[in-house]
Amino acid sequence: MSDLVNPVVLRLTMRATMGRKRALIFAIAPIIMIGVSALLKLVAKSPVWPPEFLGVFGFTVVVPLTALIIGTSVLGAEIDDNSVISLLATPIRRSTVVLTKFVAAAIITVIFAAVGEYLAGAIATGPGSKLALGLLAGAVAACIVYNALFVLLSVVTTRAIAVGLLYLLVWEGLLGSLVGGVRLLSVDQYALGIANSIAHESQLHAHLTLGTAVAMGVVVTGLALAFAAARLRSFSLKGDAV
Amino acid sequence: MTGSDGTGRRVGSGGIELRQVSRWYGNVVAVNDVTMTIGPGVTGLLGPNGAGKSTIVHMIAGMLEPSRGELLVAGEPSWHNTALLSKIGLVLDKDTVYTFLSGTDFVTAIAKLHKLPDPGAAARRAIGIVEMTDAADRRIGTYSKGMVQRIKVAAALVHDPEIIVLDEPFNGMDPRQRLSMMELLDRMGADGRVILFSSHILEEVERLSGTIQVIVGGRLAASGDFRAIRRLMTSRPHVFVVRSSDDRALAKALITSQAVTGVEVTPRGLQVRAADYGTFTRELAGVSRDQGVRLRELLPADESLESVFSYLVTP
Repeated sequence: MSDLVNPVVLRLTMRATMGRKRALIFAIAPIIMIGVSALLKLVAKSPVWPPEFLGVFGFTVVVPLTALIIGTSVLGAEIDDNSVISLLATPIRRSTVVLTKFVAAAIITVIFAAVGEYLAGAIATGPGSKLALGLLAGAVAACIVYNALFVLLSVVTTRAIAVGLLYLLVWEGLLGSLVGGVRLLSVDQYALGIANSIAHESQLHAHLTLGTAVAMGVVVTGLALAFAAARLRSFSLKGDAV
Repeated sequence: MTGSDGTGRRVGSGGIELRQVSRWYGNVVAVNDVTMTIGPGVTGLLGPNGAGKSTIVHMIAGMLEPSRGELLVAGEPSWHNTALLSKIGLVLDKDTVYTFLSGTDFVTAIAKLHKLPDPGAAARRAIGIVEMTDAADRRIGTYSKGMVQRIKVAAALVHDPEIIVLDEPFNGMDPRQRLSMMELLDRMGADGRVILFSSHILEEVERLSGTIQVIVGGRLAASGDFRAIRRLMTSRPHVFVVRSSDDRALAKALITSQAVTGVEVTPRGLQVRAADYGTFTRELAGVSRDQGVRLRELLPADESLESVFSYLVTP
């Protein structure tokens, strides 16, 4: 297992990611979610607000954005400031670097976003409710797949955050819910499909079955990480003339 | 495979070989058809900034693909060859290190990534070699630039590589640290390791015994023992600018001197090319006095390293 995930790199990445100033931002969105959930619990008249709010705001905004900040930080930030070179100067396999950083990102994102989503759901409908548990499962899946995509983006472009935002706004936010075929390629839909299989809540607007959601999630994650590893193998430093 | 040849020196499987290596970015050619072999001992890669030294170093490090040509390190291409990095130690200029780690933690982590059997001991040894033992337990964020350089060298040495490549290693070091680093490189070179370092400062390169490779404008301009390079540089014609009370009269007199190969009258004054600048400077006062010309100014026109370098490039 140490060939796939390297404990030294894992520890370094966790410390580096949590140590950056960005780390504070991770906590903001989940705190807002929990806060608003508590507020709505007190004041809302309509009973359908939990899936609407937690499904839409949680899955479309909180989880992806948190994953974006964390996923681009674990490798992207180190490529930006060239601290990744210390790692790349050793014989460690590039696929190990990518996988380890992805695992670190997924863990951190789950701690902040998925747990936050669960807590918000627990406040809304009770800690053991199907909705809360469904949201937890879906959020964990979203954390995993989104981070794989954002780690890939970090290796492929220096503007990972901008491209990631564009993708979230246009693809996930807009098209995913409008165009039928696109749903198969929407991480949001994977998460909602998984959440719905437990929660059985039509207000979640989930369109994929559990099987499809899991299969597609695994495929997208695998492909994203494989491409990221391939690109990291060709990591290039320019000289000073350019 | 490395071993000993009986004298205690290491015998490696090969140094660094470049055969007609070029690297370009669109229309910009950063490295142009460079062929050179770097063997055991210390070799200096010398050239002005932007000449392509870093590009060459990055290609050797396997962190940039040559656009053309063959680049071998210890007998194998370095591009897409992660396993080869166990034989190479890299100290690059551009990288930054994790500032939240202590020196010891950083070097130990690198030792673990190299899968060394006793990473802690290897780290301590490497830190001792670069004389950072006292500061090793402090966070790297508190280090001066010279200290950061030294901890990077420790990380590059921790796995005892046979080839060590350093890009501008003396940046940010005070003269004492520079001397100490030079002694370190000298010792490692004497061990039989292949050491290549780049610099744009002639004095730094000169002090270390061994070969110099001069890179100018992406090309290999000169290659050889540092004394030969020095001789090449001092035997080039020197250009002076002379201002006097009567430039043309002075010009007429100067052109008859054997030490002078050319005189040009320009608005700035006389541009004099002197093949033998020692003789020229001695003669100048006498010549101008004989002509009744008063000297106002005598300046060397091309003392910059750039002109020295470009002289070496022009055929």
